[in-house]
Amino acid sequence: MKTKIAFAAALLAATAAFAPQAFAQQSVLRIGLQEDPDMLDPHRARTFVGRIVFKGLCDKLLDIDPELKLVPRLATEWSFSGDGLTLTMKLRAGAKFHDGAPINAAAVKANVDRARTHPESLRRSEVASVAEVTAVDDLTVAFKLRNRDATLLSQLADRAGMLLSPASLDGDVATRPVCSGPYRFVERVQNDRIVLERFADHWEAQNYAFDRIVYRAIPDTTVRLANLRSGELDMIERLAATDIKSAQGDRNLRVVSTPGIGYQGAMLNHNHGDASNNPFGKDKRVRQALSLALDRDVINQVVFEGTHPPTNQPFPSASPYFVKEIEVPKRDVAKARALLREAGVTTPLKLDMMVTNNPVDAQLGQVIQAMAAEAGFDLQLRSMEFATQLRESQQGRFQISRVGWSGRIDPDGNIHQFVTVGGGQNDGRYANPEVDRLLNEARTVYDFAERKKLYDQAIRIITDEVALLYLYNQPWYFALRTNVSGFTVSPDGMIRLAGIRKQ
Amino acid sequence: MWTLIARRVLIAIPTVILVSMFVFGLQHALPGDPILVIAGEERDPEAIERLKEIYRLNDPVPVQYVAWVGQALQGDFGRSMRTGEPVSKLIVQKLPVTIQLAVASMIFALAIGLPAGILAAVRKGTAVDYAASAVALSGLSIPNFWLGIMMILFISVELRLLPASGYVPFFEDPVGAIETLIMPAFVLGGGLAATIMRHTRSAMLEVLRADYIRTARAKGLDERVVINKHALANALVPVITLSTLLFGQLLAGAVLTEQVFTIPGFGKLIVDAVFNRDYGVVQGVVLCTAIGFIFMNLLADVLYIVVTPRLRTG
Repeated sequence: MKTKIAFAAALLAATAAFAPQAFAQQSVLRIGLQEDPDMLDPHRARTFVGRIVFKGLCDKLLDIDPELKLVPRLATEWSFSGDGLTLTMKLRAGAKFHDGAPINAAAVKANVDRARTHPESLRRSEVASVAEVTAVDDLTVAFKLRNRDATLLSQLADRAGMLLSPASLDGDVATRPVCSGPYRFVERVQNDRIVLERFADHWEAQNYAFDRIVYRAIPDTTVRLANLRSGELDMIERLAATDIKSAQGDRNLRVVSTPGIGYQGAMLNHNHGDASNNPFGKDKRVRQALSLALDRDVINQVVFEGTHPPTNQPFPSASPYFVKEIEVPKRDVAKARALLREAGVTTPLKLDMMVTNNPVDAQLGQVIQAMAAEAGFDLQLRSMEFATQLRESQQGRFQISRVGWSGRIDPDGNIHQFVTVGGGQNDGRYANPEVDRLLNEARTVYDFAERKKLYDQAIRIITDEVALLYLYNQPWYFALRTNVSGFTVSPDGMIRLAGIRKQ
Repeated sequence: MWTLIARRVLIAIPTVILVSMFVFGLQHALPGDPILVIAGEERDPEAIERLKEIYRLNDPVPVQYVAWVGQALQGDFGRSMRTGEPVSKLIVQKLPVTIQLAVASMIFALAIGLPAGILAAVRKGTAVDYAASAVALSGLSIPNFWLGIMMILFISVELRLLPASGYVPFFEDPVGAIETLIMPAFVLGGGLAATIMRHTRSAMLEVLRADYIRTARAKGLDERVVINKHALANALVPVITLSTLLFGQLLAGAVLTEQVFTIPGFGKLIVDAVFNRDYGVVQGVVLCTAIGFIFMNLLADVLYIVVTPRLRTG
């Protein structure tokens, strides 16, 4: 300790000459992000963190409120035709792009067409139901659909509904986006910061208080929090579970949170390659045994200090599609052992489990391993870096793979591609024709009650067969300096800048 | 001397080619697939196939290598698959950051390491020697990232003396630059100072035992002249080699220090690129670093000649 003080004193003497420099007096909101965003082209972007930046940079047709209901942005009214095959939207009058061009039906058409056809677009599957976009008049746009699509509106409330200036579409969008949001692009230093400045002509400009927004990527959670504490940041997203208590104890900081819309758990290999040729892949009783062997609340307490509530289904409790009747199973080792006996499995049953090489996943893996061992499972943990894990799962070289999903506002986004045949995330090749039928049909039903019935049935089947192992819900934690006010947390984990102020 | 430099430059060319081949092959041998990374959370199978075609990842690796070299020779290093930024722009953006940090750290390291090493050698076996060795050992054994985080928590969060992070270009705002550089340069330079001190000490000890030093002393020269003029000049040769190599290493980026102080330099760039299998960025940065290393070696050779006249005729 003495040496530390002596060293600090020496340093103090060395630095006394330089008084801490005051930051420029322009109003700036500095936000600490967990990762560096990817391309700033809404049609080619892929990351969660990128969506946070788009909330300032690009406006979109629709948005959601904290209750996950659709609300108007650039589209003020919308309706489906009687047969459900045409979606008509009225656009906001007087809205402008960052280059001054008006936001009109032709611009919407140009954007959605780009999302549908650009070779590097990652939005194609999201708007695959759209056959044609037509500008009915200057401020009315019609989407002709190939088939009824209940997911389309929520896609248009995210990146697929973001509008870029038509004149910029042929240019270098990814590095110089000319968008439509309350702030426009100034500069980007990769792995460091993205700077936006106020767009005075935005239709809602009065709700945005800052001259500049600076997003800084600081992956290390301790360092991110330290920068918030030292005042170099005004707010940070994804506060680590282990830091929540200490941030709450700091009187200069305020911690806010909300349950997320995704889930965390594990993907299981049912029918993909040699790794699935075992009782675990073929017999649901063995998978049920694993699920029963785990005490999800212990996971929450041990790994997440009680902040990550247990779950056993793909929908968050905030969603209207949440199935109340599906309970989180209580741990029952005796029953788990009985199920394994019934299935004729000789224990211990050796299984391979992939986890991502970060401290949280490693701990999670060990907790699962220890609990599963008591029921007769011998989990072999394989810790690997994320890109490798993706590759391994895509090639079916796993029995259990730790995965999470950040969540989509439409229920389809949390379930369809994970359990249907040919689904992009169905690396375990789970296949059940009845589940496929229910989920495909649910995509085409606009009526909430009817749609919910279909999801209820599908979820009963997949939880009974343990298609995936659902473990816990990841909440979003933000920490802000106390002089920042007006931030509303939303279950999608985004930072909407409207109304945020700083004293 | 000029022939020596010319010869060195000629040797450097095949080295650069070999390095680029090696890196290209190695990263393609890594497990993991860049397309799976850039296809995003959804990993739409159709998008994956399309992107593989666009980025020509279905071609055999040698074909990809030749295509890359062809473009690189025209000065086009491609774009980052992750952000779409041109690789050349990233290098131009990060290089000054890395050089600034490297220079500041090296100044720190030499300012502490050289005098400490000389003093320890001259006062061999005394308290000064032991104290210098003890400090050097602790400088080497304290992990960078730990020291960095401790400094941030104490100096930036508690005392609010220095900014916790960031990069300010020296020529835009010298005061701001020095403020942001003090902590990272201390952390990085501290470890290097220890290495430099140890090498200076042993080189000095060796030289001080040499006959010509005894002759110089026997001539009745002042001890200060013996040390500064006769001993130091000769002892510096291995220290220069070491320092240029250390500097070369600093140019490759100091990942942990950059991470802790969020300095957008080469280290962060390349680690991030490797994790995202961002081939173009890895290629471009490694090539740039390799050239930097070769340049530093060349500089070392030239410096030997400057400090030791007998090499000038060779």
